[in-house]
Amino acid sequence: MTKYTFTEKKDTRSGFGAGMTELGRTNPNVVTLCADLVGSLKIDTFIKENPERFIQCGIAEANMIGVAAGLTIGGKIPFATTFANFGSGRVYDQIRQSVAYSDKNVKIAVSHAGLTLGEDGATHQILEDLAMMRAMPNMTVINPCDFNQTKAATIAAANWKGPIYLRFGRPVVPVFTAPDQKFEIGKAWMVNEGKDVTIVATGHLVWEAIQAAEILEAQGISAEILNIHTIKPLDEKAILKSVRKTRCVVSCEEHQANGGLGDAVAQTLAKNFLAPQEYIAVENSFGESGTPAQLMEKYGLSAKNIVEKSLKVIQRKQ
Amino acid sequence: MQNQELRAIAVQVRRDIVRMVHACQSGHPGGSLGCTDLFVALYFQQMKINNRKGKDTYLSFNMDGKGEDLFFLSNGHISPVFYSTLARRGYFDVKELSTFRKIDSRLQGHPTTHEHLPGIRVASGSLGQGLSVAIGAALAKRLNGDKNLVYCLMGDGEQQEGQVWEAAQAAPHHKTDNLIAIIDLNGQQIDGPTEKVMNNRDLKAKYKAFGWNVMEIKDGNDMDQVVAGLRKAKRLTGKGQPIMILMKTEMGAGVDYMMGSHKWHGVAPNDEQLQTALNQLVTTGTIGDY
Ligand SMILES: Cc1ncc(C[n+]2csc(CCOP(=O)(O)OP(=O)(O)O)c2C)c(N)n1
Ligand SMILES: [Mg+2]
Repeated sequence: MTKYTFTEKKDTRSGFGAGMTELGRTNPNVVTLCADLVGSLKIDTFIKENPERFIQCGIAEANMIGVAAGLTIGGKIPFATTFANFGSGRVYDQIRQSVAYSDKNVKIAVSHAGLTLGEDGATHQILEDLAMMRAMPNMTVINPCDFNQTKAATIAAANWKGPIYLRFGRPVVPVFTAPDQKFEIGKAWMVNEGKDVTIVATGHLVWEAIQAAEILEAQGISAEILNIHTIKPLDEKAILKSVRKTRCVVSCEEHQANGGLGDAVAQTLAKNFLAPQEYIAVENSFGESGTPAQLMEKYGLSAKNIVEKSLKVIQRKQ
Repeated sequence: MQNQELRAIAVQVRRDIVRMVHACQSGHPGGSLGCTDLFVALYFQQMKINNRKGKDTYLSFNMDGKGEDLFFLSNGHISPVFYSTLARRGYFDVKELSTFRKIDSRLQGHPTTHEHLPGIRVASGSLGQGLSVAIGAALAKRLNGDKNLVYCLMGDGEQQEGQVWEAAQAAPHHKTDNLIAIIDLNGQQIDGPTEKVMNNRDLKAKYKAFGWNVMEIKDGNDMDQVVAGLRKAKRLTGKGQPIMILMKTEMGAGVDYMMGSHKWHGVAPNDEQLQTALNQLVTTGTIGDY
C-alpha cells in the first residue's frame, strides 16, 4: 500500500492558524472574530499583523455569529472562531437564520472538536456538530485530517462563496499530507487504493485508518482508504465507485454514530448501491475527561477498532 | 464554625486545588483559588446543609435538596475548588480528589451529574447557563413551600453571555427572593483583563436596573468580609427581590506568582511551581493533604 510517514506531530488548529496568517497577508477582506479563545485558536499572528481586522467578541458567541453575518454585508469574509461546542449547538439558530438561510459568506471555524480535547470533559466535547451542520441547508461542512490539510482547507474556505463549518481539533497528530497541497472542497482524497474493504475516514480518524490498513495488509487484506474531508457536499461518486469495487465499507469519525459521516455514507448507499457498513463512531454516549489516547481507545476510535470492524464487514459481504 | 477555622480549611482547599491541577497537568487554578474563601464560608458555615450521613459515613446527598440550601456553580471551570470543598465537607473521600480529570473519574473536568458525584446538581462548563437553572430551583423551592435558599456563583467574563441577561431579567420578574447570586469579580478572563476583552462596565447599575438588590463584598479573599457579606445577603432575602453580590477577588489568591494577571486562568503548575505554591500555603490545623 501507499506508504505514509511523518516527521512531526502538530495540532490541526495550528494548521488553521497558519492558514489565517496567510489569508491575513493575501486577502484584505478576511476578518477574524473570536470569543475569548485567541490562544486556543492559534490566531495570534493574524491578530498581530492585522489588528484592525480582528474583532474580540468576548464570551458572547451568539452575538459573534450575528456580527459575522453583518460583516458579509459590507463584503467582508468573516471567520468566526471558538470551540466547536460553542460554535455549533450553542448558536445553532443564529447560524440557521442569520447565516445559512440568509446565505451569508460566514466561515465558522472551530477547534477542540470531539473527544480529543481531552481533560475538559464531556461539557466541551461536542460529538453532534457534524450532524447538526449537515442537516442545515446551505451549509458546507469540512473536517480536515492534519496540519497541512487544515491550512489548505482554511485558505480554500476563504475562496469559496457561502457558509462553511470548518472543524478541527486540539491534540498534536502526525503531519502526513503534503505541504501546500491543493484543497478541493467536496472532493474526496484517495489515500490508498485497495480491493477488499473501503474505509472512509474524516478528521483525526484518517491517520488511524492508515494504521489500520497497514495491519490489515499484513493479514493479506487490501483496504481502500478515502479521506472525506468534506462531509457536505459529500463526494458520493468517489464513495460509490469504491464500494462498488470492494462491496463493503467502514466509516470512521470522531463524532456520534447518529447523523455524522457514517449516516451520510449509509444514505448514499441505501439510495444507490446496497452494501454492508460498519461504524467507527461514538455510540449514543457523551464523552468524559481523559487523555486523547485513552479516550480514543475507550470509545472505540483507534486503529485496532478499525481493523476489527473491517474484518467484520468483510464477513458480512454476500 | 468560627472564621478562624474557616481560614484553616481554606488553606487546605487551596493546597488541594494546586495539587489536583498539578497531578493531571490541566484545569483552572486561578479562579478556583480566588473563590476558595467563598466556597469554604458557604459550605462550612453559611449554607444549611443536610448533615445526615449514609452507611458509608459520607454525607447523604439528595438531588432534590428539599429542606436545605442549594448551590449552583455556573462558571464550571473552577471545578477544583468545588470538588475539594465537597470532599472536605464530607460528601466523598478526599482521596478521590487524586482522580480529577483522569479517565473513569467522577471528578470530571467540569462538574457533571452524569457520574453521580454527590454534591453536584447540574452540569456546567459551557458558560452562562447556571443562573437560569438556579432560578428554576428557587421557584421549585417556592412551589414546595421550602423556605431555604438557592446560591449561584458566576464569573465576571461569563457576564458577557446573553443568557445571563435573560436570567437577570427573569429572576426579579418572578420575585425570586430566595436566590442569592454571586459574581466573582476578578477582572480577568482567558484573553486578558475583562475590561479589555469585553467591558462589562457597571454591573452594579445593570443589575439594579434589572431589578436586583445589589450588594458588594469588597475583598472576597478576606474571610471576615465574605462571612459578613453572606450574612447580610441572607437578611435581604424574602423581600421580593433576588440578591446579587458583587464580590471582588484576586485570581490565584494565596499563590503569589498566580496573582495579578489572567495567565493562570487555565494553566497547571510544574513540579517546582507546585512546591513554591505549597510552601506558601501552610496549614495550621489537624487536617492534611489527601
Ligand atoms: C459558552 C462558553 N464559551 C467559552 C468558554 C471557554 N471559557 C472557559 S472559561 C472562560 C473565561 C471565563 O471568564 P470568567 O467568567 O471571568 O472566569 P475566570 O477566568 O475569572 O475564572 C472561557 C472563555 C466556555 N467554557 N463556555
Ligand atoms: Mg473572571
